Amino acid sequence: MSTRSIEPAAVALAPGTGGGHDHPSLQHHFDNLEQQKEASTLGMWLFLVTEIMFFGGLFTTYVVYRSSWPREFMAASSTLDWKLGAFNTAVLILSSLTMALAIWAAQVNRRKQVVFYLIATMILGLVFLGVKAVEYADKFEHHHVPGPNFVWSEDAHGEGGHAAAAPTPEQAAFAHHVEIFFSLYFIMTGLHAVHMICGIGVLAFLLVPSWKGRYNSAYHNPLECTGLYWHFVDIVWIFLFPLLYLLGAHAT
Amino acid sequence: MEQELPLFPEAASHVAPQVDALFFAWSAISIFFTALIAVLILYFMVRYRRRSVDEVGLPERAPNWLEVGWSIIPLVITLIMFAWGARVFYNIYRPPSNAVEYWTVGKQWMWKFQHPDGHREINTLHIPVGQPIKLNIQSEDVIHSFFVPAFRVKQDAVPGRQTQIFFEATKPGVYHLFCTEYCGGEHSRMIGSVIALEPEQYEVWLAGGPAGRSMAESGAALFQTLACDTCHREEAAGGVVARAPELEGLYGNQVRLMDGRTLLADDEYIRESILDPAKKIVAGWQPVMPTYQGQVTEEQLAQLITYIRSLGQQAAASDQPPTAEPAQPEGQ
Amino acid sequence: MNTSNTVPHELPPPDDLVDQPNYLNVAYGLKSWLLTRDHKRIAILYMISVTVFFALGSLFALLIRLELLTPEGDLMQPDTYNRVFTMHGVVMVFFFLIPSIPATLGNFLVPLMIGAKDLAFPKLNLASWYVYNLGGVFTLWAIFSGGVDTGWTFYTPFSTNYSNSYVVATALGVFINGFSSIFTGLNFIVTIHRMRAPGMTWFRLPLFIWSHYATSLIIVLGTPVIAITILMVAAERLFGLGIFDPRLGGDPILFQHLFWFYSHPAVYIMILPAMGVISELVAAFARKRIFGYKFVAFASIAIAVLGFLVWGHHMFVAGQSLYAATIFSVLSMLVAVPSAVKVFNWTATLYEASISYETPMLYALGFIGLFTLGGLTGTMIATLGIDVHVHDTYFIVAHFHYIMVGGAIMGYLGGLHYWWPKISGRLYPGFLSRLSALLVFVGFNLTFFPQFILGYLGMPRRYWSYPPEYQVLNVLSTAGASILGIGYILPLFYFAWSLKYGTRAGENPWGAVGLEWDTTSPPPTENFPVIPVVTREPYDYTSEEVHRRTTQQEVPVVYQVD
Repeated sequence: MSTRSIEPAAVALAPGTGGGHDHPSLQHHFDNLEQQKEASTLGMWLFLVTEIMFFGGLFTTYVVYRSSWPREFMAASSTLDWKLGAFNTAVLILSSLTMALAIWAAQVNRRKQVVFYLIATMILGLVFLGVKAVEYADKFEHHHVPGPNFVWSEDAHGEGGHAAAAPTPEQAAFAHHVEIFFSLYFIMTGLHAVHMICGIGVLAFLLVPSWKGRYNSAYHNPLECTGLYWHFVDIVWIFLFPLLYLLGAHAT
Repeated sequence: MEQELPLFPEAASHVAPQVDALFFAWSAISIFFTALIAVLILYFMVRYRRRSVDEVGLPERAPNWLEVGWSIIPLVITLIMFAWGARVFYNIYRPPSNAVEYWTVGKQWMWKFQHPDGHREINTLHIPVGQPIKLNIQSEDVIHSFFVPAFRVKQDAVPGRQTQIFFEATKPGVYHLFCTEYCGGEHSRMIGSVIALEPEQYEVWLAGGPAGRSMAESGAALFQTLACDTCHREEAAGGVVARAPELEGLYGNQVRLMDGRTLLADDEYIRESILDPAKKIVAGWQPVMPTYQGQVTEEQLAQLITYIRSLGQQAAASDQPPTAEPAQPEGQ
Repeated sequence: MNTSNTVPHELPPPDDLVDQPNYLNVAYGLKSWLLTRDHKRIAILYMISVTVFFALGSLFALLIRLELLTPEGDLMQPDTYNRVFTMHGVVMVFFFLIPSIPATLGNFLVPLMIGAKDLAFPKLNLASWYVYNLGGVFTLWAIFSGGVDTGWTFYTPFSTNYSNSYVVATALGVFINGFSSIFTGLNFIVTIHRMRAPGMTWFRLPLFIWSHYATSLIIVLGTPVIAITILMVAAERLFGLGIFDPRLGGDPILFQHLFWFYSHPAVYIMILPAMGVISELVAAFARKRIFGYKFVAFASIAIAVLGFLVWGHHMFVAGQSLYAATIFSVLSMLVAVPSAVKVFNWTATLYEASISYETPMLYALGFIGLFTLGGLTGTMIATLGIDVHVHDTYFIVAHFHYIMVGGAIMGYLGGLHYWWPKISGRLYPGFLSRLSALLVFVGFNLTFFPQFILGYLGMPRRYWSYPPEYQVLNVLSTAGASILGIGYILPLFYFAWSLKYGTRAGENPWGAVGLEWDTTSPPPTENFPVIPVVTREPYDYTSEEVHRRTTQQEVPVVYQVD
């Protein structure tokens, strides 16, 4: 049956035209591997755009409240251990390097190094999460987790003490605004951690095909797309770190 | 279902005519353009209906001047209406120079009002005509919204901040007041009235006059402002021993006096008890009530009596003097 | 004036037509449907889901209108009424209006119209349907457990601190459902960019594709914002946080900004696909290229972009500054212009056209009229001085129902009626379908026009009881709703009937121009046996073409012959 809207010289594009025979990874609805790769990459970029908007809502909320309550945010921020945060930042940047190296290894057909760098990335990610777990535990101990058990007294400065006498209205308001900081801290870093966990999961998912040599110079698009995602999660942290940890650095 | 069919709200504030003019203009433009499109469509439907099976339409290129033209014209119209609307908006929100401040607090599910002189009302707000008013609005709990359709003004009551609305009533009347930001269960019952009175009547009302309030309500208010309830109260209230007989269930019943007489508690008795309380002391009580002669007007007396009469409907649980007959039914 | 058949003769269906392989008969069984990767089957799955939710949302609407027959609340408790209108909004907005056209007609037609074999990510497409249903499960659970009573707008602090209803469950349902929307939008953008047939340049794309592209841009940028906002509301409610609670330093107005930042563009997600449908319908039944094709295409993009700049017009009296209100008002005027441009171009397309009055065209023409009125009332309420009076009254309710129901739903129905022969391979009764269109149009106007009057009179939204003088208009509105309901129910019956008893459709029962009409009805799984090469402009109607299309098809009958 002819297609009516065309001129007689209908060109039938068989699948896999670009490579002579079908690449095992070519999906049937794509004409060639190049098209599939471009589609996947564009799709991943679009997904990252949605992630930017997702975190954007949180950053907006943060900006609004920080401009309303700068002192409270500084006081709260100074209870976070910026050294741990800085260490975590370094860990993540290093993990982005290992991720990029995994892609490079595929490009130069070094199968075992692909696996090595993927595992390295995963380990660094787990280190990051481990440090975050330590920080969360610390916050829990100091009753800085927002909710019914939240306690803040200015003189205690996160030492776990509770207010000796009933707080004045100003102190109560101050504590409430500090609690907002911690709400945002947990939601933002928690959401970030969830993204990290998903990323580590995807990396694990890539291990077996990597070991089998699926990714090579001709085809390593899944690694690239995962790399994009991983770099994005890294960049989110690079914004979170100064906003959350470095506010109180200049405060006495 | 024999109600009238209102199609347009009353205009009772100084901005209402401005809002209505804007609305009419926009409605006319909207109806014009909708009709224009509808007429064109109908005309084309008939004129260019398909006449033969293989007939097709005549494709034209859209001339740029037409496309630009019918982009610019709606833009100009909408921008003009925007400017007009912004002006009306600023008129609504510009504080008038001689505004008198009132306050309202919305809470689930009532409006509490306070007049500049401290007068308080619930769900009803009396205001004088012709006086610019600034209403400060607060909320105790969730977001509400203060809306008087007849005035064409509305402002949300947001917890944690205070907002303002300005209005000036231009004619007396009773106008709907609605809460118009959904606030939970009884949102549709969070309604009341804004009652605009001529200035003299407003003064009368402020003084406890009959305008805008029932006699019994006015009497009840007076009962408090004149501090009658300091003594005439339930015994258990606040742990203070009552110093005067309860007035609930009094009216229409027999009263036993100190000198042994028994008489009916009627209008005359109440009136005399207010103006010359020493004349008839109820058995078992001390003669401590002061006279209110010269402190209450005739109108106020009438209101107090009406109020006390309305209390007569309550359960006949009076104290020491025995009440033989049941309370007479409320005459109102 | 002959409005029935527009084709010259009727042929009996050839014997081999019944056995032609197509996407419907290529495999049978539940598994072949539930694990399909075929965008056409996924479109059918979505069609079933959105119809179920539409029925549920309509049931809630029925309850609302019944309650409002009388001024007192005598049908249900106020608390119940609050849940009913909330669930009506939540179900209709998130589970019907946003997905309906893109996930059914869009999923089915986007690959066909651009000459592709499928969408870019077929597995993601299937996943989006499952995610939709997962969100639906949460929401249904909330409904059947007792419902939520915050209004679909979830304003804080009522939703976070005061409501005693299933806020978190509903919020999670909406959150999950948002991902379904995002996956669809992402899929469309990549498909349209990367999978067009050879020769299909951007300006040869049907306007349906332009609309869906613009819609997808909005989906991808806007939906994540409401996702995070709803997540914060759920977190606040679950953990007692104070992000939006003024007693704890939070700002309820911040919630409104975040909420409307998505929810205003969301209304363009709801209307742009319908506009795309209308462009197709008008071109097909006027047998003419859409007047001002490029302007209409760019208008879609302009609506998408400008739509992100106007959210504050929902908050003129909410407590934002006069300055902000002014800016949002003027920007809202700007966003009206591209919509006006579309209406003028559609109308101009009818000039020197060759018009027939099939059911889809009736819906399209109804759309243009009702959308014009609805859109103009939108500019009215974007006008600051008017909005102070009509905000949160039935004027607003009337406005958005004119656009959503008089616009979007009529677009959806028109599209269904137009592409039904392609989707199912069957024709449906002409008289019944035209009657339904008429019932919908009449019922709709009777339902919602009185609400403009009610709104200006001052009747607030979300009221379970109202002052008695508003009753007559409310009764009119309820009467209209019953007529509208019949208009909606009839298609269910004759579409279902057509699946078994309808005459089989040929490739192109309408004689329309478009790639989707150059393959069988229903299409084969791979859409085109040979990928087309496009050389012509879109909507290139010439007499020779039409003659060739209408006389060469196997079954030229337009409607079921009764």
